[in-house]
Amino acid sequence: MNLELRKIHIVDVVFSNENKIENNVLKLNKISLSELIKEDKRIKNVDFDIAKPGQSVRIFPVKDVIEPRAKLNGEIFPGVFKDHMDEAGSGITYVLDGCAVVTTGPIVGFQEGLIDMSGPAAEYSIFSKLLNIVMIITKEDYVDPHEHEETVRLAGIKLAKFIGEIGLMYDTYESVSYEWKSIGEKFGQYPGLPKVAYVYNCMSQGLLHDTYFYGRDTKHIVPSLITPLEVMDGAIVSGNCVSPGSKTTTYHHLNNAVIKELLKKHGKEINFMGIVLNPLMVTLKEKYRNCMLSVKSIEMLGAEGVIISQEGFGNPTTDLMIVCQSLENRGIKTVIITNEDAGIDGMSESLPDSVTEAKAIVSTGNSNATIMLPKMERVIGHLKDIEKTTGGNVDSIQEDGRLLVEIHGIMGSHNLQGNTYLSAETV
Amino acid sequence: MKKIIFYTNQFFGQIGGEDKAYTEPQFHNGPIGNANAFTDKLEDAEIIHTVICGDNYYVENMDKVKKFINDKLKNIEFDLFIAGPAFNAGRFGIACSDICSFIKKQYNIEAITGLYEENPAVEMYKKDIYILRVGKSAAGIRRAVPLMAEFANKLLRGDQLGSPSAEQYFAKGKRINIFREKNGAERAVDMLLKRLNNEPYETELEISVYEKVEPAKPLKDLKSAKIALCTSGGIVPFGNPDHIPAATAKIFKMYDISNLDALKEGEFESVHAGYDPVYANKDPNRVAPLDTLIKLKKEGIIGEVYTYLTTTTGNSTSVADATRMGKEIAEKFIEDGVDGVILTST
Repeated sequence: MNLELRKIHIVDVVFSNENKIENNVLKLNKISLSELIKEDKRIKNVDFDIAKPGQSVRIFPVKDVIEPRAKLNGEIFPGVFKDHMDEAGSGITYVLDGCAVVTTGPIVGFQEGLIDMSGPAAEYSIFSKLLNIVMIITKEDYVDPHEHEETVRLAGIKLAKFIGEIGLMYDTYESVSYEWKSIGEKFGQYPGLPKVAYVYNCMSQGLLHDTYFYGRDTKHIVPSLITPLEVMDGAIVSGNCVSPGSKTTTYHHLNNAVIKELLKKHGKEINFMGIVLNPLMVTLKEKYRNCMLSVKSIEMLGAEGVIISQEGFGNPTTDLMIVCQSLENRGIKTVIITNEDAGIDGMSESLPDSVTEAKAIVSTGNSNATIMLPKMERVIGHLKDIEKTTGGNVDSIQEDGRLLVEIHGIMGSHNLQGNTYLSAETV
Repeated sequence: MKKIIFYTNQFFGQIGGEDKAYTEPQFHNGPIGNANAFTDKLEDAEIIHTVICGDNYYVENMDKVKKFINDKLKNIEFDLFIAGPAFNAGRFGIACSDICSFIKKQYNIEAITGLYEENPAVEMYKKDIYILRVGKSAAGIRRAVPLMAEFANKLLRGDQLGSPSAEQYFAKGKRINIFREKNGAERAVDMLLKRLNNEPYETELEISVYEKVEPAKPLKDLKSAKIALCTSGGIVPFGNPDHIPAATAKIFKMYDISNLDALKEGEFESVHAGYDPVYANKDPNRVAPLDTLIKLKKEGIIGEVYTYLTTTTGNSTSVADATRMGKEIAEKFIEDGVDGVILTST
C-alpha cells in the first residue's frame, strides 16, 4: 500500500467571489459554501468567518476542527457520505496545510471548547497557529441533540472535503510518500529492529463521546487492525466533544502525532508493525472484552513494545490500565500517554485508576490547572455558554471581560495522542 | 538585612542530652548553638532569634509550644524561618517540621528544615514546607548546613527554584504544568525505545497504587460475637468535646455507648464537613446504626455490642493518616476481643 500526501502550504485565507488557490492563498466564495452546507435541511442558518494567528479573536464553543483534504480519483472520509467506499490509505491525497475548518454555533452539550488566536491560551492549542475557516451553524428548531451533533459533524466534514478539493487543481505542493507493507514483509525487511505497535484508544460512549470508523459508530465495532495510511485519509472521524482539552478532533486523527513519530522511526530504530483501534466503552464487561481483543491483536503482530494513546479521562483510565497491565504481563513493554486531573492546586492523585505495571507514562499536563485569559476584541460564537462547559463555570467570565478557565476548556490543550508540548512535573 | 528566626532542640541548643528532652521552649536573642553554623553562610541575612525546645516537650505539647512561639513572634518582623536540621531524629524531625508548617500557615513566611529521607516527618510534612535532603546523622551537618543556607539565600533573594532534585528538597507532591521541548508522542516513542534497549528512563508521572484491602472472612458464629461500631462519618457526643476536626482529622475517639440503646438527637451529632449533616443530626443512627445493633443483640442474632463507638471524620484525610488510624483502631479492637466490626462511611 502506497500513499502520497501532496501538501499545499496555505499562507492566507480570504473571502472572494471564487473558490481557488492562488499564490498559496486560499480564496473562498461564501455564497457557494453556504449553498453546499444548506443542502442539509436541518440547518437553519450558516455563516462563515476567518480567524488568523495573532488576531485578538476568541472562538467558542468549538465542536470539531478538520483539516481540508481531498483524494485524487477517490473519496476522502470514506463511508461518511456514500454507500460505496474504497479502502482508504493508497493513491494520492491533497492536504491544505496550515488551515482548518472549525465548527461552532449554539452549544450541543457541555463539552465544547475554546480557541484563542493570541494571548496565553494560544500557547496551549495547535489550532491557534492555523488559519481557521470558522463555520457558525444554527440548527432548525425541531432538531434534537443527537441530530444536532450529527448535523454539525457532517457539515464540518463536508466543508473540509469541499475545500480540500479546491487543492486538486493546484500544482505547487510538497510531496511526502508513505509505504505500508504486510506484516510478513516488514518482519523480513527489518529483522534486527524492535517490533513496535500502537493501541489507538477512541471514545465510544454516546452523544458527544463517539468516534466514527468508515462512517460507522465505533460502539458497534470490536477492536480492529488498521493502517496508519487510512487514518491519514480520514477513515476515522471525530464525533465526540469529550472535554475540549482531551478530545481528539478529526484534525488530530488526520495528523495523529503517535503515527507520525512511529513512521519517522520505522526502518531506522523500530519496526512499526501496526495499529489496533480500541473503542473505549461504558461498561466494565465491554471494556474487558475490547481490551482483551486489542491485546490479542498486538500479540499477533509480534510487538515487543507498544504505545498506548488515550482519549477522555475518568472511566477510560480503566481501559488504559487494563491494556497496559495485560501487555506488560505478557512481557510487552508499554508507554502510556495520558493527561492528569491533579486538582486546581495540583495536590491530588493524578489518575482515578492505576496498576503497578504502568511504570512508563508520558503526561500531557494537569487539566485542572486554571488560567486567566485576557479579553479578546472579537468573539466568534457564543461566549456565554462557557458557564456550562467543562473547564468553565458561572464565575468564568470576569467583570472586565477576562476569562478564568481550566486548561481543560482549551481545544486540544493536552491532546492525549501527544500532539502538544504541555506536561507536568512534581515540585 | 533580612531577618531569620531559628529553631533547634535541647541538644543542638547546647542545653543537654536526653535528660533535658522535657525542656520547655526558650526564646533567645541572636544565634545559639548550631544556629551559629549558619551565620557566615547566609548572605545579607542574620539570625535575630533562636527558639530552643526539648524534643519530648515539643511532641507532647505541640499546641502549647506553637502558642509560645506565636506569642513571641507576634510583633517581630522576619523573612524566613529555619529549623534543624534534624537528620533521622524522630521527635526532633516532627518538631522542626511541625513548627515550620505552622509558621508557613500562620505567617505565610517560608520555613525550611532538613531531614533524612526515612525520617517519618518527611512524609507527614513535605507537602507543606521545603524539607532539604540531609544525611542520616549529625555527622552530615557539614554538608547539610551549606545546602540549607544556600537554599535559604535563594528564597530570600526570590530566585526561581530549580526542580526538587536539583535543589535537593523533597518534592511537595504538587503537580505543576510545564512545556517540554518535544511533544508527547515524540517523548513516548523515546521512552519506549529506552525501555526496549534496556536503558534507564524516567516516567513523567509516578503512579500511585492503592493497597487493595481484602474483606475479612465471615464470622463463623454471630450469636456469640462481639461487634464493634466504627464510623468515619463524624458522629460525636453533642458539642464535640474532643474537637475532632471537620476535615483532615488525624485523630479518632472512642465513646462509651454501653448504657445506650440508640444515638439520640441532641445527644450525638455529626461534625463532618463533607456531607449535609442535617439528616445525621436528626437521627445519628443513620450514620452509626447503634439502634439496629442493639435490636440484633436483643433478638439474639449477635452476641454483644462492643462498649465504645469509635469515630473520626473521613474527609480529605490523607491515605497515610487513614492507614495509621486504621491500624491503631484494629489493635485496640483485637486487644479487647472484638470479633466483628460494622464500619460505616459517608
